[in-house]
Amino acid sequence: MVELTDVTKYYGRKRALGPVSFEIERGNTVGFLGLNGVGKTTLLKILACGLRPSSGTVTVDGFDVLRDPHEVRKRVGYLPELPPVYGDMPVSDYLTFVGQLKGMSRERVAKRVPEVEEYARISEVRDMPTRHLSQGYRQRVGVAQAIIHEPELLILDEPTHDLDPVQIMEMRGMIRRLKDAHTILISSHILPEISETCDRLLILNDGMIIASGTEAELGERLLMSRHMAVTVRAGGDGARAPRDVIAAVPGVTGVERAGDTERSSGDADATTYHVEGDADLRAAVCRALIEAGHDVLALRRAERELERVFVGLVGGARA
Amino acid sequence: MRTGATGIIFRREFQAYVRSPMGYIVAAVVLLLDGLLFYSTALGPDAGELLSGEVLRVFFYFASGLTSIAAVALSVRLIAEERQTGTQLLLDTSPIRDWEIVLGKFLSALAFLSVITLATLYMPLLILVNGKIAVGHILIGYLGLILLGGAVLSIGVFATALTRHQLVAVAVAAVITGVMFLLWQLSQIVGSPLSRVFAALAIHGRHFNGFMAGLLHLRDVAYYVALTYFFLFAATRVMEAKRWE
Repeated sequence: MVELTDVTKYYGRKRALGPVSFEIERGNTVGFLGLNGVGKTTLLKILACGLRPSSGTVTVDGFDVLRDPHEVRKRVGYLPELPPVYGDMPVSDYLTFVGQLKGMSRERVAKRVPEVEEYARISEVRDMPTRHLSQGYRQRVGVAQAIIHEPELLILDEPTHDLDPVQIMEMRGMIRRLKDAHTILISSHILPEISETCDRLLILNDGMIIASGTEAELGERLLMSRHMAVTVRAGGDGARAPRDVIAAVPGVTGVERAGDTERSSGDADATTYHVEGDADLRAAVCRALIEAGHDVLALRRAERELERVFVGLVGGARA
Repeated sequence: MRTGATGIIFRREFQAYVRSPMGYIVAAVVLLLDGLLFYSTALGPDAGELLSGEVLRVFFYFASGLTSIAAVALSVRLIAEERQTGTQLLLDTSPIRDWEIVLGKFLSALAFLSVITLATLYMPLLILVNGKIAVGHILIGYLGLILLGGAVLSIGVFATALTRHQLVAVAVAAVITGVMFLLWQLSQIVGSPLSRVFAALAIHGRHFNGFMAGLLHLRDVAYYVALTYFFLFAATRVMEAKRWE
């Protein structure tokens, strides 16, 4: 569906991107992960035909972005970081305008606008000028305009930008629903965004793709050790400190007490430890704690696995 | 049925004028000043000394200046605002051509300017009813106003294509338009052949005098059409260059 070969982008003499090469299969949802300013938006703009690459070739559904830009534009729905809405236009008028811009017939637009309003859950604000909408609604209108012409490729640049937690959850839900009908590219520096919605990740740093794969593949490749979080209620007097018990388990390479914000077990006596080891040590750690007289309240692989991968990759690349 | 991109842009931009206070402010100021100037010319203390045709000529003279100012005011937001608010990205990533964007925006501004200009029609009609002028004089005068307004609009469209800042666009459009007005004055004080070149290029003066007097010369129409085409073409090339930036 998407193929990039040795693509670079320079602003003057400054390299903003590349060279990057990758392919994306039809139906995949791919996340571009990276810190701000590493070239994610530049890459997405090139794919949306809003920016000319300095070198290399880019094809979308077999059409070259430079030779057949309009063919590519017909096949791409693009939501920039800030939704491109006209403040003076009511939502329905705006979507009609975008549909017509994308080459849809009047009849098709008239049928499609209520569908996307329903889909993006913006029907109740359809007559409101977009300048009166909250950020969450504006973002949903942005998604609606991106999908109105039923593009094969959907490009979402930081779709949860500036949203509150409830709006973020709604946006994730919407993206999940979109996965059935589109090949989707999402950029974000918010890690759970990517891990929860994407099949595959491309991690960018300094304009280059420094890693790609599924979350599990990246984790395996980067993190030779395993991480887990164990929540313990310490046993009575005489029991060895849980930290010492965990540290004594063969294979454990590090134990760290979690910060206050992570102690959310609801039990005032409970303490959470982050444990690193060279293998999956969940059973061994659990057994050792119980034998030492402690209660194990929770045991899980570290939730923030991807953050560790990301920080490790970016940190490694920068070191 | 597929709607042409120029038509889509035209409708959106025309509605933007109608929906925004900007359009009404420009219209109100133009109509107010046109009315005041007409009052002082046609009904003022010296009005009795002027022939009807002369009153109409003076009306078109004042109206040409106000139409030009209105054209600058209406045009500078057309593209700069899109860049400022980020909506230009929507146009850039849609399957439409730059000339369709430029033409759609220009025509919308021209249509709105024409509505404002034609709203002054009651003044020449008062002269027609109370004086002795030809209907053709009125029609030719208005044709001149719309051609002049279109030419200044095209300069504004070119200026607004250059920058994302509307104030900069106003300054660029005002300077180009001002220089093109001044060329007529300059042509009066420099020697030949420069004076002939300046007079031929001036946006007012030689090319507008005929319209004010009710005389239709094809060369004047051709001049304004050519000038408009030139600046719209330049604006399109600027858009093409910036589209991929």
